[in-house]
Amino acid sequence: MSEESRMASPVGRSVPRTDAGEKVTGAAQFTDDLQFGPGLLYGRLVRSPHPHARILRVDVSRALEMPGVKAVATGADTPGFIGLYLKDRHILCTDRVRYVGDPVAGVVAVSEEIAEEAARRVEVEYEPLPAVFDPLEGVHPDAPLLHPDLGQYEVVPFIFPQPGTNISNVFRVRKGDVEAAWPQCDAIVEATYRTPHIQHVPIEPHVAVARWDRTGQVTLWSSTQSPFAQRDLIAQSLGISQGDMRVIGPYVGGGFGSKAGVSMEALAVVLARKVPGHPVKVRLTREEEFFCAFVRQGLVARVKIGGTRDGKILALAVEYYWDAGAYTEYGVNITRAAGYSSTGPYTIPNVKTDSYCVYTNHPVGGPMRGFGMPEIHWSIEQSVDRLAEALGVDPLRFRLQNCVKGGDVIVTGMVMHPVGLQECIERAAEAVGWGRKEPASAPHKRRGKGIAACWKAPAMPPNAGSEAWVRFNEDATVSVGVGGQEIGQGAFTIAAQVAAETLGVPYEWVRVCHPVDTQYSPYEWQTVASRITWSMGNAVRAAAADARRQILELVARHWGESPDDLDIRDGEVVSFRSERSLALNKTVIYGLPLPDDQGWTGGPIIGRGRFMPTYVTGLDPETGQGERAVVHYTTGAQAVDLEVDLETGQVEVLRLAAFYDVGKAINPEQVVMQTEGGVVQGLSSALLEELRLHEGRPLNPSFVDYRIATAVDTPRQIIAGYVEVPQDDGPWGARGIGEHPMIATAPAIANALHDALGVRFDDLPLTAEKIYLALRAKEGR
Amino acid sequence: MGMHSVVVTVNGVVECLEVPSNLTLLEMLRERLALTGTKNGCAAGECGACTVLMNGEPVNACMVLAVETDGAEIVTVEGLAHGEALDPLQQAFVEEGAVQCGFCTPGMLISARALLDRNPNPSETEIRQALLGNLCRCTGYTRIVRAVQRAASEAAENPREVVG
Repeated sequence: MSEESRMASPVGRSVPRTDAGEKVTGAAQFTDDLQFGPGLLYGRLVRSPHPHARILRVDVSRALEMPGVKAVATGADTPGFIGLYLKDRHILCTDRVRYVGDPVAGVVAVSEEIAEEAARRVEVEYEPLPAVFDPLEGVHPDAPLLHPDLGQYEVVPFIFPQPGTNISNVFRVRKGDVEAAWPQCDAIVEATYRTPHIQHVPIEPHVAVARWDRTGQVTLWSSTQSPFAQRDLIAQSLGISQGDMRVIGPYVGGGFGSKAGVSMEALAVVLARKVPGHPVKVRLTREEEFFCAFVRQGLVARVKIGGTRDGKILALAVEYYWDAGAYTEYGVNITRAAGYSSTGPYTIPNVKTDSYCVYTNHPVGGPMRGFGMPEIHWSIEQSVDRLAEALGVDPLRFRLQNCVKGGDVIVTGMVMHPVGLQECIERAAEAVGWGRKEPASAPHKRRGKGIAACWKAPAMPPNAGSEAWVRFNEDATVSVGVGGQEIGQGAFTIAAQVAAETLGVPYEWVRVCHPVDTQYSPYEWQTVASRITWSMGNAVRAAAADARRQILELVARHWGESPDDLDIRDGEVVSFRSERSLALNKTVIYGLPLPDDQGWTGGPIIGRGRFMPTYVTGLDPETGQGERAVVHYTTGAQAVDLEVDLETGQVEVLRLAAFYDVGKAINPEQVVMQTEGGVVQGLSSALLEELRLHEGRPLNPSFVDYRIATAVDTPRQIIAGYVEVPQDDGPWGARGIGEHPMIATAPAIANALHDALGVRFDDLPLTAEKIYLALRAKEGR
Repeated sequence: MGMHSVVVTVNGVVECLEVPSNLTLLEMLRERLALTGTKNGCAAGECGACTVLMNGEPVNACMVLAVETDGAEIVTVEGLAHGEALDPLQQAFVEEGAVQCGFCTPGMLISARALLDRNPNPSETEIRQALLGNLCRCTGYTRIVRAVQRAASEAAENPREVVG
């Protein structure tokens, strides 16, 4: 490749986003923006006021009498179960409700107001049942049983429900011998940490529109990270063919996991079935958004960790009790991911892990940016700091010594791939002036620095796949078909870069086809797990390479040359041998004429590609050991320099540095953008966020009472960067980065707070009030 | 429900509408005029996704009744560009990478436009204060602030007539 064309390579260059123009002009269409005409009807839900109750009677007659009401659906309409990994819920409750907000019935009417009023007229008689509000209560043998039929639920092979208990999955690690290791430790620290339920808070609330036609064909438009998974799971639950169900996913106004799998979308489908021919729109209010969609699971983590004076971590024993909420159909895999990542990014020879997924009468826990990793790193990274302190070792050096390196045998017995974590830790530390004591800006303030590392693997079934196609328009602009969703992370931009680079055409020629439509778009498992750049990127690359090969073979035949002597440069086929060239637009649709008017050769070019990892192995259910637990881990570190106001407890983050090993930055600016956004979401979760529940009832389901970071709450300075140690199975070596920036933020802040104040905080969030009270308590001692 | 006649100028176009008493400006824009660039994020005046200019002032369109707009001038994100040319703020949002999911973007742009119209050379603190009512969950705000700074400095270098 010549120097000139290498300079123009779309991969590795910070090209502008494909969607930015649409999004700054109001042209970008989100689900609620689609126009459905006067036939559109609206759905509202009847939701449980009880955290746990038996449904004795549902009477919909008064609702049906209301003018403007078209239909009412109840649990009688949804006998099937639904769930991604564990089918443990009905779309509408049948015999019992398990959280405040559980949908019992739905009303379809000509307006949202009428549907809302009619929903109030549905009479439901409940018999309240004893409830569970804490995972430690939930695992107690005497706890009320939330899912007596747990043993009958359909479940994937790598999830292990414990019938007769509230435990819907357990993941164990037994590596080495922790009991033999404790006596060899020079220091052992133990603590229990808690993280509360929090909310994803996409600025676009959940919305879905469904229509059944009179032949039973179903179309669902939804704000979704998972058009294909929604098609599959909803079709299964309703007993229809996936071939008769079509899901269309316009731009998504923020996902963060809340729009993965199926949460409220199936409700629109069930309501629409009652009124064939009419589209039915269901949108969650902001209040519902806080507790009727997925929330992040709560966690109680008990950690015991020991090491030796020479600075080595020798043993780790952890128990995770996940507050997984009323249904754990998705959350069971968070429990698993937490288990197989339970050492954090450290190589520890002796590990004992028990990770329990526990039903409670809380909102439904589901995936949220980080998929369990922010929660477990809250405990791991503070425990590592505590142990370093107990051993008298600098926490930075301690991390550098113990962090995973290529070739290490990690927690599951897997051999670690090449990894640049040490460099990430060093660069993050350096960026905040690690080791330099710096003065606070005022006498009533204290300054401190902290660091935390992290790792996360894509948590998904071993065989989650991606498809892509590449075809051309008459002017040789390129249409790229993908099934991954643009949720703000820049997936379409990456797809365009990968296609342009592989084909040899300018980036500006590429159009990524959207909205994703399961009827026409290539398959994609889900837009989750930070897997799209990696997995979909591989598929797009394969599709573009396939198209390129077809073009080169065609032109080579035409010229009587070998395809090996040809290349595509800036949209032209060129021959190194004959120095001929041919513009693509003459070829890619119409083919090429044979000499002497003897006919034509070629035809419309369509490249196809796919990717599915084939090398992830099972793990032993008793020990969690196996050859390859995951495809790979993305690792990184964050360091924080902050000030605390002793009079108010207010924290101000002065500098926050974040470095990740992304393998290869396909688009360097987008890596930094993901990092900046992720650390602010992490900071928001660290300092502000908690969905407060009292006996299962949400106390703060509004933006007034549940604050998220605003433009004035961000760190004064964010230093975001990356290192590139290539991944063998990623496109150009790329790994995912979408979730990771959120993982290490909270523990880095907690470690910095300890440095500033000498106080440890075991529970999130680190509100000013909590810090202030801790300071008063410390003074009192 | 009582109906009311409203004559309102939206993005320079005079619209004559019959609206019920309880229709909000947000619903009027999105459902009656198909101007769906203005977003509904909370319907409670808390997230700022529905910010529009009403007689030059930024308002949450979900908190204004359609009847209140009789005689008013409204500018939405669809009205920010100047013919074919993007507004310097729109251009700066693209160039600075201030857009991710894009759902807060229309409201952000309008709040920023209102700021620059009354204070063409704001400090970083003034920008952050002006955007306080516009929530963003993707970007961490850094690039949005930088985009507003960039648009302001470019406007200072290339003065143009402010439309409103």
